Amino acid sequence: MYPSETHTTDYPAVELKALDQLWFQVSGTRCNIACEHCFISCSPANDSFGFMSFEQVKRYLEESVDLGVKEYYFTGGEPFMNRDLPAMLALTLSYGPATVLTNGMLLKEHRVRRLAEIERDSLYSLEIRLSLDGYTREMNDAIRGDGVFERAMEGMETLVEYDFLPIITVTKTWDDSEDQRVLDGFVETLKARGYRRPRIKILPSIKRGKEIARSRGYDRYEYVTKDMLTGFDRDQLICHSARVATDRGVAVCPILLDAPDAMLGTSLREASRSYTLRHQACYTCYLYGAICSNFASGEEDV
Amino acid sequence: MSEKIALFGGVYSNYLALEATLRDARNRGVDGIYCLGDLGAFGPYPDRVFPILRSSEIPVVQGNYDHSLGNDMDDCQCGYTDPRDNYFARLSYRYTYEHTNDHHKRWMQTLPVEIRLELGGYDILLCHGSPRKTNEFLWESTTSSQFLEKLLRDHDADILCATHTGIHWDRALEGHRHFINVGVIGRPENDGHTHVGYTLLEVNGVPRVEYVPVEYDYRRLAGEMADEQLPEEFIETILTGWWTTCLEILPQKERRRGKY
Repeated sequence: MYPSETHTTDYPAVELKALDQLWFQVSGTRCNIACEHCFISCSPANDSFGFMSFEQVKRYLEESVDLGVKEYYFTGGEPFMNRDLPAMLALTLSYGPATVLTNGMLLKEHRVRRLAEIERDSLYSLEIRLSLDGYTREMNDAIRGDGVFERAMEGMETLVEYDFLPIITVTKTWDDSEDQRVLDGFVETLKARGYRRPRIKILPSIKRGKEIARSRGYDRYEYVTKDMLTGFDRDQLICHSARVATDRGVAVCPILLDAPDAMLGTSLREASRSYTLRHQACYTCYLYGAICSNFASGEEDV
Repeated sequence: MSEKIALFGGVYSNYLALEATLRDARNRGVDGIYCLGDLGAFGPYPDRVFPILRSSEIPVVQGNYDHSLGNDMDDCQCGYTDPRDNYFARLSYRYTYEHTNDHHKRWMQTLPVEIRLELGGYDILLCHGSPRKTNEFLWESTTSSQFLEKLLRDHDADILCATHTGIHWDRALEGHRHFINVGVIGRPENDGHTHVGYTLLEVNGVPRVEYVPVEYDYRRLAGEMADEQLPEEFIETILTGWWTTCLEILPQKERRRGKY
């Protein structure tokens, strides 16, 4: 018999080795769209988590110095719905590199110009991860909503015009046999729209939130056990090196945000305690390796 | 009195650049020469670097490539995350593995993962990627200063020297402490120049860091790579100074400076 999500005897605890990555859930669970595969079901109406204030972000940045944080990520929801985001990024880029995960729909030219200035004035990279789930209007909008493809592509074009090299982030919703065809489709489309050297990151889908209804939930055997972590490189698990700050405290990772046990404290130090991998989404992280970071492969490697 | 050492990484089988680097460093009267690892990969005739290094008794830190070859592993542990980058990494590793003599492999197995020395009152730590992980990439645009401060604290050093990324940089930290990515001599730095380079670290009260470009016979190397049927993409990098592979691991600022 397999343990259920409430039965904890066989679940491993993972220590925070070092806080390398600090995430900000900067727009909470509020988004201007409602994607079919969203693992925390973000939408215009979901206010389980709210916007972070500039002061909250500043406080966590200050706390992060002694902990030696290496890089910062901004996510949501749609981060650009938070009007203070440019000011937060300008401040963050004086501490270290930053990445924003966006749907690309709110990237008006004046905003992108400001982002380019922020990055130009910093030693560090300001990476933009732009989500697309198809290289055609039909393929993308079936998941992300009507009209989203065109607005996201316009956002991508504006970024490229200002010399950004956005990382196009795609959740895999096709069969393995289609991998090459889909990748080629993205490259061709992006090049045709003026992105000469597209960077593309493929993510596995996380079977939480709305994604359960779109595809399927996890099978009952899909979870992480203590045995599975024997000899396993724990650097592959995001909870080994990251935490996510929200408007109501610090959670273990961006994926489990709305799980009842995800909130670990109100300060980074308090939230540095170990975490027990009792959720089935941990299995996806285990299988594909630190999928949230910019430079994780997204390839199954165990 | 000042003390001066030469530091280089990423030989990548480029024995011609290795000879030119050692010649240049000796002409400058350095007090010591250190190699930060990754002896094989990319270039031709991998066995040629070992007699040069070993006869000079140059201390060598074990890189991820050296660890892989020394332990007969299946891949180079380069840490790439993109399928195309990994394809070229596999080609390169297979060639290097098959053309490296066993006794050189066993020697690489014995190399230390770090070397500590003292220079003018400063504790220097030499490693390959970072002191906590051999294949960690420390790029200038994605490595915060507070993270470097933490590495120095955690590993009890004043000056930390690493390589692995293929692009040199350095940053002064509080209290004359320093991080130095010493660069590589195996291939150019994705800047359109064909030279490679190494780093001089001089301590005369305070540390001073100088990156030294090294010219070598890159056309000859390219010819030998062609003779060995190494990928055209690698040869293009040697001839033009632009990277054609290993691109997806580059952060935005570093990627933007390149051609591809």
